[in-house]
Amino acid sequence: MKAARIILAVAVALALQTTLARFVVRGAVAIDLVLVVVVYVALTSGSATGLMTGAFAGLIQDAMSSGVIGIGGLAKTIVGFLAGFIGTQFIVSQPLPRFLVFFGAAVLHAAMFMGLYVLLDLRHFGTSMTVVAGQAASNAVIGVLVFQLVEFLPGAAERRRASRTRLRR
Amino acid sequence: MALIDIRQRTGYLLLTVVLAQILLISAQVNSRSGVPVLEQVTFSVFSEAQRGTFGIVSGFRNAWSNYIGLRRVKSENDDLKRQLAVTQVALQEQRALADRSRSLEQMLDLRSHVALSTVVAEIIGAAATPDFRTVTIDKGAGDGLKKDMSVISPAGVVGRIVVSSVRSAKVQLLIDRNAAAGGIVERSRAQGILVGEGDRQLRMDFVADAADVIVGDVIVTSGIDGIYPKGFVIGRVETVEKSGGAYHRIIVRPAVDFSGLEDVLVVVTPTPGRDPASGASE
Repeated sequence: MKAARIILAVAVALALQTTLARFVVRGAVAIDLVLVVVVYVALTSGSATGLMTGAFAGLIQDAMSSGVIGIGGLAKTIVGFLAGFIGTQFIVSQPLPRFLVFFGAAVLHAAMFMGLYVLLDLRHFGTSMTVVAGQAASNAVIGVLVFQLVEFLPGAAERRRASRTRLRR
Repeated sequence: MALIDIRQRTGYLLLTVVLAQILLISAQVNSRSGVPVLEQVTFSVFSEAQRGTFGIVSGFRNAWSNYIGLRRVKSENDDLKRQLAVTQVALQEQRALADRSRSLEQMLDLRSHVALSTVVAEIIGAAATPDFRTVTIDKGAGDGLKKDMSVISPAGVVGRIVVSSVRSAKVQLLIDRNAAAGGIVERSRAQGILVGEGDRQLRMDFVADAADVIVGDVIVTSGIDGIYPKGFVIGRVETVEKSGGAYHRIIVRPAVDFSGLEDVLVVVTPTPGRDPASGASE
């Protein structure tokens, strides 16, 4: 059931990424919703689930891109593992620590992804550190918002039910 | 004890997954022939999901624009846009024709001009990762599309097909870092290679320092790559710098607004240099 939920989350992120990305292709704004899902799953489910989610999502993403299959998968596997490890070793329940984990994960992912391509002499990136930091911050903001939303929604539904019950009485 | 157990298991799992992916990468880097099977299969399967998502999104968009907006004005506007697109394509063909007529080939009557045959396709999705500039179109091998066919729009050159499944195809945009096309300065006939920069601009390489290139010059396809038909607009020169070496450093702004693309034309007429049977030129 949990695996099905994760697969569904990755599929939705990919669908949104591929559908909405072409409306925001502006170079500077490069949000990776799949990475956000990987880090979210890793923080909530641990390093083993994180690394498996990272591998699965990264490989699918690679296969859909024109690049080498495995580079994005490898980057997301390690990011998923480390995010899961941090999630189990530290208390990451406040927006600021979550922001830092998402930000660090996005920077690490960018470094590994671009680094591997450059190392294999397959592609050269002219992306500056400022752009990478900006993209990582965008991903981190979305990650924190996803957390807040997921935590807020069940509570809001319960509060609404409780207020309706009070009104009936 | 249990915690250590889990850690060990996770460690082995990480090692296995990482090693498997390193092997996967190595296999691809060593053999760079054709499209990987995994990419082809995954693309085919997921392009159907993209088609579904696009259908839902465009359904909502159409419902909004047709029933809430000014329906008649919109349809008129769409008709006019279509007519304008057809006219612009015809204009580009005429421009290409005129270009050819100036060339030595035409003067010596060595080659007869063949009209371009195109297939209209709609963009149904973008790249799965922000580092690649590709789009998915709703036509594929079933409509006669093959790898390396060029894709154009009324404004100019869009890119080329890199993967084609039965009902959809992946188009590598000209601005992708792995994309390149032969280009020529329309005014001075200086030739070079246009390479994608990954963002909104192109770089024109191998233009000799002595060549006559100025800001605002129109760059058109030269046709030497065997993919893009000759004489189609790529963009305008934005900056020209003397690099000090043997070549200019030229930045070109593409004529096409890649973020606003909705419909494109796939050129199915084989261009000189492309094998008409396979449509591929590695």
